[in-house]
Amino acid sequence: MHIHPLERKWIYLVLVVIGLFLAAIFYTALVRNIHPPSHLETIDSASLHLSKEFAEDKLGVWTEPDGTIKVTVVAARYGFYPREIQLPAGTPVTFRIASADVLHGIHIPMTNMGTMVVPGYVSEITTTFPKPGEYPMLCNEYCGLGHDHMWSKVTVVAKDSWPAAPGTATIGR
Amino acid sequence: MLDPAVRKLALSHFAVAFGTFGLAAVMGFYQVLERSGMFPALQSPGVYFASVSTHGVLMAYVLTTFFIMGFGYVTAVSSLKTPLWYLKGAWIGFWISTAGTVLAAIPLLLGRASVLYTFYPPVQAHAVFYVGAALLVVGSWFWCVIMIVMHGHWKKAHPGEAVPLPMFATTANAILWLWTSAGVAAEVVFQLIPWALGFKETVDVGLARTLFAWTLHPIVYFWLIPAYIALYSFVPKAAGGKLFSDELGRAAFIMLLVLSLPIGFHHLYMDPEQGTGFKLSHGALTFLVAVPTLMTAFTVSASLELAGRIRGGTGLFGWIGALPWRNPMVLAGILAGAMLVLGGFGGLVNASYAMNAMVHNTAWVAGHFHLIFGGTTIIMYMATAYYLWPRLTGKPLCSNTLPLAQLWSWFWGFAILTTAWHILGLLGQPRRISTVTYNSPLTFAWDPYVLTMVVGGTVLTVSAGLFVYILAQSYRQASTGTVPAYEIEYAEALGAVTRVHPLLNGFRAWNIAIAVLMLMNFGYPIAQFFLIKTFDSTPWGY
Ligand SMILES: [Cu+2]
Repeated sequence: MHIHPLERKWIYLVLVVIGLFLAAIFYTALVRNIHPPSHLETIDSASLHLSKEFAEDKLGVWTEPDGTIKVTVVAARYGFYPREIQLPAGTPVTFRIASADVLHGIHIPMTNMGTMVVPGYVSEITTTFPKPGEYPMLCNEYCGLGHDHMWSKVTVVAKDSWPAAPGTATIGR
Repeated sequence: MLDPAVRKLALSHFAVAFGTFGLAAVMGFYQVLERSGMFPALQSPGVYFASVSTHGVLMAYVLTTFFIMGFGYVTAVSSLKTPLWYLKGAWIGFWISTAGTVLAAIPLLLGRASVLYTFYPPVQAHAVFYVGAALLVVGSWFWCVIMIVMHGHWKKAHPGEAVPLPMFATTANAILWLWTSAGVAAEVVFQLIPWALGFKETVDVGLARTLFAWTLHPIVYFWLIPAYIALYSFVPKAAGGKLFSDELGRAAFIMLLVLSLPIGFHHLYMDPEQGTGFKLSHGALTFLVAVPTLMTAFTVSASLELAGRIRGGTGLFGWIGALPWRNPMVLAGILAGAMLVLGGFGGLVNASYAMNAMVHNTAWVAGHFHLIFGGTTIIMYMATAYYLWPRLTGKPLCSNTLPLAQLWSWFWGFAILTTAWHILGLLGQPRRISTVTYNSPLTFAWDPYVLTMVVGGTVLTVSAGLFVYILAQSYRQASTGTVPAYEIEYAEALGAVTRVHPLLNGFRAWNIAIAVLMLMNFGYPIAQFFLIKTFDSTPWGY
């Protein structure tokens, strides 16, 4: 095979650049443990209201027995339930989200809180909000004609002024 | 030499392709106006999502498939210098695909298939939509078989000789398309059609999304390869030079074929139904598929530099000014390259395993793929149409300057539109919303960019209208007898290629490589839905 010397240099350069990109991705994934929200857990979307975790009275912000903060959310046309939540800044928060009907996507702009919500599966994502403020928690995947109106309000407050959430143990989970 | 039968076949394909393009462009214009919120009379989610669905299906599936088929027939006949094999089969394919397009268009336009162009179960469209989409694909398989058989016949008749590069790339694309369409075909045939007809009550959304991801990335290369063929075969010749390297061109097309198939999971990074390991593996391969594109960038730039220097350009950059910028093919090649660089950068961000979270499903994504697809790919289709038109119709183009104005406005339209979308994406605006309703101060920052988007959309609509006008007007003209004969000319390679390694002349070994890679990357991820306990979903209207 005939390759021009300049061309050969270019190909080496390309391979080095791509190699560097890949090294950065593998480093952050394998060493720093940064992954997209992958969480293979199935659930029956048709009976969320009967489930231990996603029944209507169990949605919202909870403190787990080990002190971590958890938010359970149901996505259903056309809203995220609950419609308003308050969270502390600078603290890890784990969202667990299930869809009651179709495909949705959940996203809080200007933060890295985002995941797809696929019916039949539980989506889980843990994040820390750096700054207090008021954010729309919106649906970013087309889910039907009311899709534009699908959002909840998230208020992030300073850690000290956050009224601690009730413990999940108190409702028998 | 293009005989009248092939010319008629190709022109029929192009008529469908560019006719639907004109219709879809008007819908794109409506969408930016609706989204801007400046015209309350236009506000209607029902009309908006029907329009987005139709725009996507027409642009991504109908325009591309018909253009690729028509261009493929021309390429096969003119580069191999043989008559078309199985003309009747080509027409059967054409009519099946056309019937599919019409069938799919009816529910789309009636708002009964507002499931966007990625199908999105368990939101369910009218069954006719799925059947129409399937027929469009089935018709295109006739084209694939004809390309592969013609490639084989020629090789048998010319033992040891190198298959001409344009045909080699076209065959690669036909093979790519057969592999690519298998994923969505399985989804539509085994899941969506039985479900939409009521034979099955529920659908496994995770499986459907995985099968669609199989198709969703390589299909982009199916669209892109004809643009690359024009870059390798037409641009160097139009600029007055030669193709810098034929063999590395072959290597690039093989890499595009083999590496683009097992990478679809970068569309599922944010999905819960696939594990991190497979996502990482697909992500790594996604970066490798940037290699053939960067090789193409080198070869095309080097070929242009060669041409510029032949034309008297000197110095480090002098050759750029010496290029024939007033030749539509050269101009399109340069503008396509510019948009490929910008769009490719956005694509690397999207493909980055963890960074993707920042821009996923925001307007950034729409900005990225409009640059690559609407920009790079379609601008080369346009230039190819300008080149082929006189050779297919026997009549000159109606104007020499209008095509230049059209290509420039297409470039500037996308520059304006996609800059706004990239910024809106970083500011968190989701794609696929019709109007902004979030009662949040954060979203005020979006306003100036929404206005910019309207400006870009307007420029693009004028440009699209001009394109269709030029082709229609040129077709209607009287013959002058001054146009080139019905002959297509391809760029010669700098070092004449007589013999190439069998691996660079055929696809048997590469098909095995693809099968192995596909099994490694999609085998378990598809099998898992049958091994673990999954829960299906019931259908929902739009
Ligand atoms: Cu939604």
